[in-house]
Amino acid sequence: MSATATRPAPSAGAPQSPRAHWRHRLAERGVDAQLWLLAPAVLFVVLLFLYPFFYGLGLSFQPTEGGPFSDYARFFGDAYQRDTMWITLRLALPAALLNVLASVPIAYRMRGRFRGKRLVTILLVVPITLGTVLTAQGLLNFLGPTGWFNRVLLALHLTDEPVRLVHNYWGVFFSLVITGFPFAFLLVLSYLTGIDPTLERAAATLGAGWWQRFRMITLPLLAPGLATTFCLTFVLAFSVFPSAVLVGNPAGETRVISIAAYQAAYEQYDYPYASAIAMIMGLIELVVISVVLLARTRLYTGSTGGKG
Amino acid sequence: MSTATSGFSELRLDGVSRRFGSQDALSNLDLTIRAGEFIALLGPSGCGKSTALNCLAGLLPLTAGSIWQDERRVDTLPPERRGFGMVFQSYALFPHMSVRGNIAFGLRMRRLPKDEIRRRTAEAIRLVRLEEHADKLPGQLSGGQQQRVAIARAVVLEPSLVLMDEPLSNLDAKLRLEMRTEIRRLHQSLGLTTVYVTHDQEEALSLADRLVVLRGGRVQQIGSPEQLHTRPGNWHVADFMGYRNLWPMRAQSVRDGLVTVEADGLRLVGDPVGDISPGDAVIAGVRPEDVRVAEPGAPDGVPAEIEVVEYQGRELAAEARTAAGLQVHVRTEQRLAPGDAVSLRVAPHRLLVFPTDSPEQPPAAPGDPADAVVEEAGLVG
Repeated sequence: MSATATRPAPSAGAPQSPRAHWRHRLAERGVDAQLWLLAPAVLFVVLLFLYPFFYGLGLSFQPTEGGPFSDYARFFGDAYQRDTMWITLRLALPAALLNVLASVPIAYRMRGRFRGKRLVTILLVVPITLGTVLTAQGLLNFLGPTGWFNRVLLALHLTDEPVRLVHNYWGVFFSLVITGFPFAFLLVLSYLTGIDPTLERAAATLGAGWWQRFRMITLPLLAPGLATTFCLTFVLAFSVFPSAVLVGNPAGETRVISIAAYQAAYEQYDYPYASAIAMIMGLIELVVISVVLLARTRLYTGSTGGKG
Repeated sequence: MSTATSGFSELRLDGVSRRFGSQDALSNLDLTIRAGEFIALLGPSGCGKSTALNCLAGLLPLTAGSIWQDERRVDTLPPERRGFGMVFQSYALFPHMSVRGNIAFGLRMRRLPKDEIRRRTAEAIRLVRLEEHADKLPGQLSGGQQQRVAIARAVVLEPSLVLMDEPLSNLDAKLRLEMRTEIRRLHQSLGLTTVYVTHDQEEALSLADRLVVLRGGRVQQIGSPEQLHTRPGNWHVADFMGYRNLWPMRAQSVRDGLVTVEADGLRLVGDPVGDISPGDAVIAGVRPEDVRVAEPGAPDGVPAEIEVVEYQGRELAAEARTAAGLQVHVRTEQRLAPGDAVSLRVAPHRLLVFPTDSPEQPPAAPGDPADAVVEEAGLVG
């Protein structure tokens, strides 16, 4: 969907020849009355995305004191603030990578038809419906100092004191995996089922074993889909906020960039500074996605022969 | 490419069977294929011919039976270790590899030296005349070109057996004829043992040394094209071999190797296929081109009226109806028009009289044999 909705064809009237001619020419280029169907989406994008974005962008150049770039300089000049970028990247990149990589073998195994497939899919996808807060609650109960996991470890004498898995990096990481995996899995599964299974059979008759079939046929055809999936899960993980607070250590180890923006806006009431942080956040996401998508253009992205 | 009939002297299928759930897609296929032979598996969709091919390729495990390459049992091997080449109906070209890459794939899997891979790939590309297209992706090729890549990819390995699954069914009529000749030419020059699946009797007759006609997962007849064409073993095969006239009748008398059959007052003399005794229900079959059309009133002709006429070049295909209501398909060079009164005659040796059902078949419903459609099972035939 593009936000550049061209004006629909001239309104109805008695078809006069020059007008009808133009209308025909425009319709050939996809400009006709059906374009009105885009109106709600365009309105939505303009009101809820473009306007706030440009408002925030403008605001970020009007700091309460100093020149237009002083809030940006302030962010990069302050190590405590600057580190939030690395903290967030250190959480989001491995989590997105793990989600994609873990999805591949499971989806690969599950692309065929077998008994109980629906049940397994439901089990894998359920976390997507839970929401961050419920997941965090579960993590605290399960992995917390007095949670089941640690109680089992202690009972088995595998450890002398509870292993710290929440209120630190790992808590947030687990939360990102739990909420991000179903999403990645569903995407990878749909990309995989779009690849014609006959291709692998053909490779088998040509002497390729399962690993060669996967590496030389399936993986190259799947790679563009994996890149797209990685981008989407990365963006989800990069904007982590609730779980960084609930199961992380929001003052230290997991002080992610969205927390910095939140504090600027709602604790210091410095909207221009918060806007600048949000812009930096968007820019980092844009850089990561650009790198991935640039790499994706080097891959084969045509038909994969399947029904997808 | 050298003539590659090495590897084995015969391939034996021993009671090969495959079930899907409770349905027999293929039961008890016994077949011995000699090296260098071109075998066609022929039958309507769902007859088990594709199942048989997939069993041979190793893409479907057998439910019962075994496959032997001389003294080596192959049905327990995975497809990648059988060394058979396969051409798929959908071609199954690797979309991300060039024509060259597709053809070289099998050679690379065998870890052959780079020089040899390059030489043999180039040779195969020349063989199917795709030199100018060697660096294109399959998506940039026409259907016929893709088909040739698929064939080159399968034969470049000089496999001991080439399996072809309706390779021409996605092409238009003209291209189909061209590729048919091409496949025959390749088989003659390379001498590769080939098993070819098709539902097109003309294709099978023109390509194969021997035909295997399947129906409902069971072998109906195995024979040379001529045997099947002139003397089908039962009326199902006859139906498939272009005997468009199949009339349910009753045997009256058997004399001098000929049988007199009757229905609704119409009496014909024909050649019995199998044991027929007077009083049996039979099916009398004749090809449209073996029905002679004469002026009305001709001696020992059956009066009939022309109902539908199709122009087919030099000949006309027409549908006539006798006074008793029997529908007769004829082919003739005479110019006929709907409504014409004619007299029809069938030469006794051209009329084959079949028992209503061959012994290995459960009795089918009497009446129009064209209704005997078999449900499709599993892999589409």
